[in-house]
Amino acid sequence: MSAASHDAHHAHDDHGHGHDEGGAHGTLKDYVIGFVLAVILTAIPFWLVMADVLPSHQMTAVAVMGLAAIQVIVHMIYFLHMNSRSEGGWTMLALVFTLIVVVITLAGSLWVMHNLDTHMMAPMPHDMREVP
Amino acid sequence: MAHAQALTEADKDRFYLTEDHHPENGTLLGFWIYLMSDCLIFAVLFACYAVLGRNYAAGPSGADLFDLPIVAVNTALLLFSSITYGFAMISAQAKKVKPTLAWLAVTGLLGLGFLSLELYEFNHLIHEGAGPQRSAFLSSFFVLVGTHGLHVTFGTIWLVTLMVQVAKRGLGVEMKRRLMCLSMFWHFLDVIWIGVFSFVYLLGVLK
Repeated sequence: MSAASHDAHHAHDDHGHGHDEGGAHGTLKDYVIGFVLAVILTAIPFWLVMADVLPSHQMTAVAVMGLAAIQVIVHMIYFLHMNSRSEGGWTMLALVFTLIVVVITLAGSLWVMHNLDTHMMAPMPHDMREVP
Repeated sequence: MAHAQALTEADKDRFYLTEDHHPENGTLLGFWIYLMSDCLIFAVLFACYAVLGRNYAAGPSGADLFDLPIVAVNTALLLFSSITYGFAMISAQAKKVKPTLAWLAVTGLLGLGFLSLELYEFNHLIHEGAGPQRSAFLSSFFVLVGTHGLHVTFGTIWLVTLMVQVAKRGLGVEMKRRLMCLSMFWHFLDVIWIGVFSFVYLLGVLK
């Protein structure tokens, strides 16, 4: 029994790659799947904008940002090899923390500055081409 | 019997080390945390652009300036460089020095192609009178896209440095760790570029 388990581990070691450096490694298949998905997810938004496919710009904008979000996740999984186990979960924790700060930064800036704009804009001469 | 016992002990030890993926030192985790802080820099620049991106000061807008075919070629160059770096990592895992160097060289050339197209675009914009000083929109645009370009520049310099090191010292554990760090950096830049081409260029052309 111990011999069998020894063999199993040996096979694992032979197949494995320097486990000592602790990083996650992708296989060729991972990279190819990620690449194909990324190409598709890049081509669609360019096509939507350049060929003006959807009836309203609002819809196109939502579609472009949605596809971008999906592509970011694809890159994270297939190119950066993110998973909840790498480095004992610390990379995922750091990522989640960063995402929370990013969302607060973006949403907060837009919210506050939009408020300021709406308070400031009314009495100003309309010298800008676009007034919100 | 005693021999078998010794084997199981050794296996237990190895099992613990291999399956736990416990980092020998914290380089990769530390580098990941650096990337996350870099991500915050870009988040702030994106926030700036989101706030100022429609303040044209009666100057040109994104729809007037952006040339989508160039952006598409740039995007393709970065995406291809991502997968060629992946091939370099696979060659490095297999301890093949020559293919690793070749794929790294291809990656570097794609990075240089990206940089020269971006410089061409910036040069073109500045000569059209749409430099960073023209409007808040253009200031935030040049800072955001320029910061990304600067990262790609340093990534390319780092890549050449690693190529020299790999050629001189082969693919030891340390070298693989360095390649792994640059791999994370390079793919991270591609992730940021997704935000740039979607939010800045594609949405900029829409309105």
